[in-house]
Amino acid sequence: MNKRAFPVLMGLSLVFFAVAPVLIVRAPYEQEMGLIQKIFYFHFASWMAMYLAILVLGIASALFLFRRKPAADRLAVAAAEAAVVFGLMGLITGPLWAVKSWGVWWTWDARTTMAMILELILVAYLILRAYGGPGSDRLAAGLGMFAMANLPFLYVSTEIWRTIHPPTSVVPTLPVDFGLPLWWSVAGFVVLCLALLTARVRLEEQRATLDRLYLALEEE
Amino acid sequence: MPPSQNVDFTQVTLSNVSRSYGRRRALSQVNVVLSAGEIIGLLGPNGAGKSTLLGLLSTLAEPSGGQVFYGDLSASQGGAALRAQIGFLSHDLQLYPELTARENLEFFGGLYGLDRVPERATEALARANLSVRADDGVDGFSRGMRQRLALERTLLHAPRLVLLDEPFTGLDEASCTALVSRLTQLRAAGCIVVLATHDLDLVDPLLDRAVFLRLGRLGELGSAGPLRARYRAALAESPPPRGARGQADAARSAPTEPAP
Amino acid sequence: MRRFFQVSWLVVRKDLRVESRNKEMLLTTLFFAVSCVLVFSFGFVRGGEALAGSASGVLWITIAFSGTLALGRAFERERHHDALRGLLLAPAERPAIYVGKLLGVLLLLAFVEALVVIMVAFLFRAPLFQHGWWLLTLLGLGTVGFASVGTLFSAMLLRTRSRAVLLPVLLYPVTIPVLIMGVSGTFALVQPEPDLALARLWASMLCFFDVVFLTLALWTFEPVMTE
Repeated sequence: MNKRAFPVLMGLSLVFFAVAPVLIVRAPYEQEMGLIQKIFYFHFASWMAMYLAILVLGIASALFLFRRKPAADRLAVAAAEAAVVFGLMGLITGPLWAVKSWGVWWTWDARTTMAMILELILVAYLILRAYGGPGSDRLAAGLGMFAMANLPFLYVSTEIWRTIHPPTSVVPTLPVDFGLPLWWSVAGFVVLCLALLTARVRLEEQRATLDRLYLALEEE
Repeated sequence: MPPSQNVDFTQVTLSNVSRSYGRRRALSQVNVVLSAGEIIGLLGPNGAGKSTLLGLLSTLAEPSGGQVFYGDLSASQGGAALRAQIGFLSHDLQLYPELTARENLEFFGGLYGLDRVPERATEALARANLSVRADDGVDGFSRGMRQRLALERTLLHAPRLVLLDEPFTGLDEASCTALVSRLTQLRAAGCIVVLATHDLDLVDPLLDRAVFLRLGRLGELGSAGPLRARYRAALAESPPPRGARGQADAARSAPTEPAP
Repeated sequence: MRRFFQVSWLVVRKDLRVESRNKEMLLTTLFFAVSCVLVFSFGFVRGGEALAGSASGVLWITIAFSGTLALGRAFERERHHDALRGLLLAPAERPAIYVGKLLGVLLLLAFVEALVVIMVAFLFRAPLFQHGWWLLTLLGLGTVGFASVGTLFSAMLLRTRSRAVLLPVLLYPVTIPVLIMGVSGTFALVQPEPDLALARLWASMLCFFDVVFLTLALWTFEPVMTE
């Protein structure tokens, strides 16, 4: 992983995050939801970042499993951790919205359920890596592919099931006043996600180097 | 499985093979060529990496560095056709104790897609000297009887590469002699036999070559003098690893003398 | 292809033979399932009346719990004398071995489910047999989904240290969708006015999940089992 990638991406995401509040404040005030509606800019964006991270996790896992690329495994760990973080943000901002909109903090609606399940799978992934012992990287890769297999279900969950969660298809139809700050936030979160991935992959790379050095020292 | 690909088993080559678990190295830069018609003794103290090496040779495990070649084929290229030519008797005997001796043999014979499975099983039982107990459950068998049965299971499909991990465990004297003559037959048939063992005196006349593993590193044992003396010399000779970590590791896997 | 099913059949027959000798898995799993239903009935049945809608949940949770128990045992047998290595060394297609183990687990769970359904119908006064074929469909599809993931995970966890703990930790998150669909579908059947259209919707979703899970499991079994 390029050493310069992280500062560049991090700087870029800082720019996005510095401008985002301005855009969000200037976006029209939604009458029904009031101030709470502003959460949406973070809520939706963090889920988008989580989707991205899970996609990366799934593809990296497959590469590691079928092509035996150690670099893919390092990317998979990074992606899993990032996905847990962004998923947690989505799960926290969701109820804040829900309590105003639906009158309850949490409801087992199709999409919230699927989101919660995905978060659980990701945590299970990290548990497996932490406590599985030697060889658990390959097993974790198998689990990573199962995590990715859930993505399409998460996406279509609001379309198929009768549900109170707004469907994803609402987003592209938003008027420009709402749409611009929303996509700006999404871009900010995605870039942040990429920045975190590069940093985490670098850490794993250095760990691998350290392991190699230890082994070389014993070779002496 | 019809042997659609004819795997060449005149030579098995390990080139720069390493296997590590995180910061623990089980095998380090192993280079060795195994040739058909050889019985190779794999010697070394406990925890030296003998079982790891056999696991790699059996294609069940993959090296973290370097490659194993069977003729010109690597393990992943060989696949099932390659596995059809390998027989591996690990320390755990790979038998189902709830099944009878015959059922065990017939089950694995079926898995290997052999013809005349019942006849082969009967012959194998006779060779294992277990014809009388053929229809008894394996859980009632002694260690030696199981060991004999497991050996016949390993050789049922006439493999060209035979990997044996401590095959003398629990065998009485007669069975040991029988095993030795069985191994000689395999050599005559042009098999490659790799034998990890501590029974030095027993295998001394048998071995064509002996290799020595210590702390994951492999070396040849010369051919002059009795095996036990050479083994002792190699144990004493190996340079202790340098560095504090190395010493700690060396202390943990302190060389143990093989049982006389 | 013939050889594939031949190997699977050999593995199933071997498991059935072992099971017919000691009956360990069948009896322990059945007993566990019975105690599970009893414990739930202490919790959810008051004065002979079950809590509304609890029957479908109890049915599926019991299946999930006893299924986990059975899955853990199913591969313990292969681990015991390292027989798994013997299986993997055989020049057979490895997914065939997976399919064989999966069929064995499914067969065992079929027995367990037959008993559990009768017990739940009786203790929770649930009209489970009113639309028996639909229930059978849902149970079949749900069990295939649960067991296909479970068999893969149980096999791959054999090499890890804390497999007994890790199996449920990994298995439940991945199979929750299947359980939810099973519970919802069964609920649609046993409510006072059965909604067959809804049950069909859940059954088709289950079908979809089964296909995805089975494909993934067959695809990943080989690389995951290499050390």
